[in-house]
Amino acid sequence: MAIISKGFGGRRRESVPGLPPGQYLTHDFPVLSAGPTPRIPLDRWRFTIQTETGDSKSWNWDEFMALPAEDYTVDIHCVTKWSKLGTTWRGVSLDTLMEQVESAADYTMVHSFGGYTTNVPMEDLLDGKAWIAYKFDGEDLAPEHGGPARLVVPHLYFWKSAKWVNGIQLMNEDEPGFWEAAGYHMYGDPWLEQRYQGD
Amino acid sequence: MAGTAVSGRLTWRAATLAEARWETPSARTLVLDVPDWPGHLPGQHVDVRLTAEDGYRAQRSYSIASAWPSSGDGKVELTIQRLDDGEVSPYLTDDVQVGDQIELRGPVGGWFVWRSKSTSPVTLLAGGSGVVPLMAMIRARADAGTKQPFRLIYSVRTPEDALYADELRRRVRDDAGLDVHFVYTRKTPDGWPAPPKRLDVAAVNTYGWPPDFAPDCYVCGPTTFVETAADILVALGHEPRRIRTERFGGTS
Repeated sequence: MAIISKGFGGRRRESVPGLPPGQYLTHDFPVLSAGPTPRIPLDRWRFTIQTETGDSKSWNWDEFMALPAEDYTVDIHCVTKWSKLGTTWRGVSLDTLMEQVESAADYTMVHSFGGYTTNVPMEDLLDGKAWIAYKFDGEDLAPEHGGPARLVVPHLYFWKSAKWVNGIQLMNEDEPGFWEAAGYHMYGDPWLEQRYQGD
Repeated sequence: MAGTAVSGRLTWRAATLAEARWETPSARTLVLDVPDWPGHLPGQHVDVRLTAEDGYRAQRSYSIASAWPSSGDGKVELTIQRLDDGEVSPYLTDDVQVGDQIELRGPVGGWFVWRSKSTSPVTLLAGGSGVVPLMAMIRARADAGTKQPFRLIYSVRTPEDALYADELRRRVRDDAGLDVHFVYTRKTPDGWPAPPKRLDVAAVNTYGWPPDFAPDCYVCGPTTFVETAADILVALGHEPRRIRTERFGGTS
């Protein structure tokens, strides 16, 4: 049974369509990360997809920039309760990248410079649902927001959109990544409020 | 449960405000009685949920200020900084009264935590109300009676903005191996030897542990503070993996 807080709610924000349960709208772009922001020089940047059989395909920065890119506008939802609507990005669709590898894997582990990992089911990366983004709001993606490049998989809580991404490992079985091992949900659907294990 | 981050399902619990105290004119500590609280590690946070009379709800995350088991009665303390344009924090600082109930679930977070079994020295860098989870670590260290040396560098705008100022003064005197250094960004106390300034390399180098000691570093505060402080630690040669950060921004 709900506990009612008398007098609460007078300062509520306008209700906004497109906001998942438990979220509130922000116009800033807050930062959430577990450690210092790594600075990755572009000449040392590399992105690698490793398949479940051990094959791999990788791109350096120039090769990655030569791939067909898309501009897209999406809503993003952080597990710490803020949501930001209508964010604009430029990046390479995961569909474009996955075309270049042979795989039947159902799960992936996304890896970042600095050692961060997060698990995302393969089907959540395909069919126009995810990108490796390198521009935000028309500008090069800033290091504190994950630059040079980050995963953007906007239909899941934003911790799944790994910053400073450097590769994706394709796996036959699901495994927890960094925050998932620390108690966050394995999947993280904001519309189902899957914040923590057991939600 | 202490030792694991989160086990099983996190259920909403009714918490009753047992006591409240002002830490500064805009920050209030809520001492909450939470039946069957599973315990927590210092650095973890909780989600708070408020429901209005018409059913409208809002949730926010707040760091836990108290150690567990706290000396005595095992209550959970949150220190809330009022954000004047906020929706939830002004209710928690100004409106909720002793005896009222709110909903809470947790503890959450298994990374930004200090474990009393760790033998490393610890550097704590706090910006503003980012001191709250670090205070939980200082209190847990004292409760555990352990000897790891702790150094806190605490950046505040003015002396009046410092949370837990009296307790920190007392602990520096009583808790062997705890040092505290304040950085004042807008106004210093009378007689302070330096003008107001932001956290810089010199302060971290002088008042934190050197990288050779391989300290565990915990940094908490607003995003700009955390970015600056973590960059300074990396530049001084601290191993990035030993630097744990917690940022706020947007929580109101």
